[in-house]
This record gives sequence, structure tokens and C-alpha cells, in this order.
Amino acid sequence: MTSAQATLSETFDLKRPSRSLWVDAWYRLVRNKAALVGMGIIIFFSLVAIFASVLSPLSPLEIHDGKGFLPPAWVKMSPTGKSGDPRFILGTDTIGRDVLSRVIYGARVSMLVGLTPVAIILIIGTSIGMFAGYKGGMVDNLLMRITDFFYVFPDQLLYIILMITLRDTAIGRLMNGLFLLFFALALVNWVGVARLVRGSVLALREKEFIEAARSVGIPDRRIMSRHIFPNVLSPIVVWVAFTIPRMIIAEAVLGFLGIGLKPTSDPKAFFITSWGVSMLEGRTAINDQPWILFAPSLCVGLIVMAFTFLGDGLRDALDPRMKGTF
Amino acid sequence: MIRFIIRRVFWTIPVLFFAALATFLLMHAAPGGPWDRDPGRRQVDPATEAMLNKKYGLDKPMWRQFVAYVFGDIEEGKFVCGAICGNLGPSYRQRGRTVQEILFSVPEGKPFWESRFGYSVRLGVLALLFAVLVGVPAGIISALKQNTWIDYLSALIANIGVSIPNFVIGLYLIIIFGVWLHLINVVPRSWSDPRVWFLPVLVMGFGTMAFTARLTRSSMLEVMRQDYVRTARAKGLAEVLIIVRHMLKNALIPVVTTLGPSLAFLIAGSFIIETMFSFPGIGREYIQAISNRDYSMIMGTTLLFGVMITVANLSVDIVYGFLDPRIRVQ
Repeated sequence: MTSAQATLSETFDLKRPSRSLWVDAWYRLVRNKAALVGMGIIIFFSLVAIFASVLSPLSPLEIHDGKGFLPPAWVKMSPTGKSGDPRFILGTDTIGRDVLSRVIYGARVSMLVGLTPVAIILIIGTSIGMFAGYKGGMVDNLLMRITDFFYVFPDQLLYIILMITLRDTAIGRLMNGLFLLFFALALVNWVGVARLVRGSVLALREKEFIEAARSVGIPDRRIMSRHIFPNVLSPIVVWVAFTIPRMIIAEAVLGFLGIGLKPTSDPKAFFITSWGVSMLEGRTAINDQPWILFAPSLCVGLIVMAFTFLGDGLRDALDPRMKGTF
Repeated sequence: MIRFIIRRVFWTIPVLFFAALATFLLMHAAPGGPWDRDPGRRQVDPATEAMLNKKYGLDKPMWRQFVAYVFGDIEEGKFVCGAICGNLGPSYRQRGRTVQEILFSVPEGKPFWESRFGYSVRLGVLALLFAVLVGVPAGIISALKQNTWIDYLSALIANIGVSIPNFVIGLYLIIIFGVWLHLINVVPRSWSDPRVWFLPVLVMGFGTMAFTARLTRSSMLEVMRQDYVRTARAKGLAEVLIIVRHMLKNALIPVVTTLGPSLAFLIAGSFIIETMFSFPGIGREYIQAISNRDYSMIMGTTLLFGVMITVANLSVDIVYGFLDPRIRVQ
């Protein structure tokens, strides 16, 4: 090492081990307070969903005779003239089931609805988008035409048509309608990520490092997996963070309209109720026991906000140039 | 520009056609039909069913039904034009009324905006107006007063509005204003009183308002740092003129482009808001039509939604072309 190099190294601390993009992004992310709060809320609700059976104070299905419409424990006098019972912290629903336990169990469906379709779409959408962007031609044309179609039709309209028409078929009855819900959400949303990936790949394809890789004879498949894929990963991560809450909202909307998950009375079932379903149940009792409606909608609001904060943070962390834009 | 518009208009035709086809196939794949008395059991007397099917042409082959619906059919030697002429067919559930009557007709002596379609359009337009009239000034003020308490307050409200889905905000507001404070009637008896429109419009427009405010703010901040703004200031132009002529004119372009998707979002978001507030618009009618298996009603309303959204997107593309000369050159 020459003395000049040594001076440089001392002045600029070059000996420090280099940090990868992801480690850098992580440090930027944890400095963002809103993103940290978001992560905290997401971890909290994930734990609630996993340990629902341990956490819920009472059975979400047990009907307590003569205890219907109880207000939350801290209310002395409800509109129906009943007072709160400390056993039922958030009160009871129309037929005397514990609201808090139902909300806790509802977390399972909402968290899973957020994750499962996104995981499915990610695999399908990314492969199609990469292929369309890199190869172009027929697949690309077809993809863009399908995208145009989905652009004209609002997501909710398609969910509603799919859910209602296929609800009473064999597919609709699988897993209390949860399977159909996943299917509908995946079918409508795969286009988004495919289009996003296609766009990024199109821009990357012309870059020098891809040209270099091609010129030394690396096969297309390897270029796609080793050179292009790592570079489209960050927009995909941001897309995931923004899409999960959209799925949770869609479940809540469909549940609220009475066309989402079918609530079950089977105590062995893993998915008993969802926040959307609870909201629908609460809608009829809005004057007498608003907490049946308020608690699940608060949860939906919180989890969606958490994911949005995390998404904002991830976008700023992964691509600082994008900071403050949409 | 003209060629661009013509191409966009023509492109919507196949899109609407495929939308109609997809809806048609899905509807017929669903178990049950429009004649079921009890939606839970889906049973109907076979003789009655055959008679009704014959009357409404549901005994014909599927492809023929579809062609007849979209283009038209020959009935008793006379050609009856289909959906392309605006004839959306008779409703199967609300006997004796056609779909276009249900969607567009108004009670005797009432103005045209009293139809279901008119109600929905009014709600959507009012929500958009609210979003723009509150969101744009809020964004401008927070950009001009960057990093003051006004900026932080508006950023907080905008973040909440963008993050929390509008129907959840709607439910909170209904519970707070309707149930706890007794300030409003959750299900109003009449929609002629302007006060009852306040909450649905607020709920529908809130998310878009927040989004518009955030976008206006970031777009303004970018424009404020441009050289031409410094030049304008250097030649001694009044601050108001700089803001209006030099900043706003450029900063609002990205805002205008989002208005089309926003309006489309507002129209589509009407299903849940209309159901929540028992609003007499097409969104709620649509939900009911689907669960009633009212085939012609579903098809008609789906097409109407498609046309509305297409028109919303198209009009914004045109406005955008006029606002930004760079687009026209391409």
C-alpha cells in the first residue's frame, strides 16, 4: 500500500466493510419513526392472529343467554338500559357473544387475506411481467391489453361480481368462502405487479450492465434471474407493502356487504369470523351497541394505516430519490 | 391530439364488449336464476320457469341471448335494437320496468337529477368538488408555509385520510355524529334536505381530498425551486402573481391527471358508501340486482359503470392535453 492510499484510507475510513443496498435500506428504514410504529402494529396484530385461541378471554362462539347487547364494561347505562359486565370488556353482540373475542379471532382472517393472495400474485405476476418486459412480443401485447381492461373496470366492481356469482358453487363453499375470496383478489390484482415489473424490466433491459452480460454470452434465463430480478426487487417490496392493506380493505368491504367470508358456528374451525363480517353484524345494532361495529373498524383502520406507514418508509428507504413522491 | 382522442374512444369499444361478455358468462355460471322466490333455496315451479324463460327469451341458446342483448334481435318480424342503442332490456325482478327506466327515470314533475343515476353522479361530483376545493388549497398553503404548524397539521390529516379507508372513516363518523352525539340521522327520510348530504359527501371525498393535498404539496415544493420562479421574483413581480401564474399553473398539472382516476374511484367506491347511508343511487341498486340475479339489471349497470369511468378518464386526458403543450407535440 502506498502512502497516498494509506492517507486516503485513514481520511475516508475506507477500511469499513461495505454495506449492501439492503442493509443500507434497513438503516434508513429504522430511522423512520412512522415506519417503526407501523412495523410494531403489524407485529402486534400478527401475534394476535396466531395466538387468538390463547388471547381471547372467552369463546368467540359461546352464546351467553340473556346477556345480549351488553355495553362495554366501563359503561354504566346503555341505550337499552343495560350496564356493562366486567367479563365482557367490549360488551356482547346481538345474541350474547363476546365482542372482544370475536374481534381477536377476526384478526386471523384479515391478516391471512392480506398475505395469501399477495404471495400468489407475486409469483405469477412477477414471472409474467419479467417475461413480457424482457422478451416483448405476443406476451407483452396480451399483457398490456389485459391491463387496459382492468384499468377501465374498478377492482371493487369485479370483486363484487365474482363473489356474488360464484358464492353458491363448490369453489365458493371451500374454506367458508375464504378460498373464493383469495381467488377473486388474486385474479384482479396480478395485473398490477405484472405491469410494474414489466415497466422496470423495460428500463433495465437497455442498461449497459445487461448489455455487457449479454455480450459475454450469459443465457437469458440467468440474466433474468441474476441481473434483472435483483434490480426489480425494491419496487416489488414497496408494491407488496401497499397492496396488503388494499386486500384487507377489500375483505372488510365485502364482509360488510355480506358477500365475503361466511361466519361459522363450528368451534373447531380455524377461521371463525372476520372484521368485515363483524362490521356487518354490528351495523344492525349500531344504536344499541356501537362497539360491535367500532372495534373491528378501528382494527381495520389501524392495520391499514400501519402498512401504509411501512410502505412509505420502505419506498423512501429503498430509493431515496423517490422520497416524498407517490 | 384529435387522433389520440379518436384512438382512445375506439379502444373503449372492445373493452366494454369484453366486460359485457365476462359479466354475462359469470352471471349465467352462478347457480340460481332471476325467478327464484327465496334466494336461500333457489327453487321455482318448473312450468312457471319455462313460461317466464320463454317470455324473456332465456330459453334461447346462450350466444343468441348475448347477441340479442348487445346488438339486438328480431322479435315478431321487427328488429329490436339492443344495448348499443341504449336499450338495456326489461328488468326481470322489477316487472314491467326496463333497466334504463330504473336507472334514469324520475318521478312525475321532478328534474332529471332526481333519478338513481342522477343521485350517484351528484354524490360523485360533490365528493370530487369537496376533494379539490379543500385538498388543493390545503396543499398550496402547506407548501408555502413549509415546516410550520399549518404544514404539520395538514400533513397529519392528509396521512390519516390516505391511510384509513373511506368506509371505515364513514363508520366512525356515523357512530360519533349519529349514535353518540345525535347530531345527524343515520338513515335520513328524505334526500332533498342539503344537510343530509354532508356526511356521505365528506366520507366519499375524504380519501381523495387527502391524496390531492399531498400531491399538490409535493408538486408545489418542486415548482417553487425552479429557475423561472426565481426569475419572476428577480424581475419584481408581485408575490400573488408569482404564485398564481408561475407556480400554480405548473404545479396543478399532476393534480389534474389524477382527477380522472379519482372520479372513477369515487364512482366505483359508491357501492359501499351508498349501501352504508341507504343512498338511492345506482351503486346500491347494483348490489341488490346481483343478489336478486336480475340479469339484465346487472349487465346494464355494469355497462353504465364502464361507460362512466371511460368518460371520466377520457375527459381528463383531453384536459391534460390542453394544459400541457408537451403532451400535444407527442
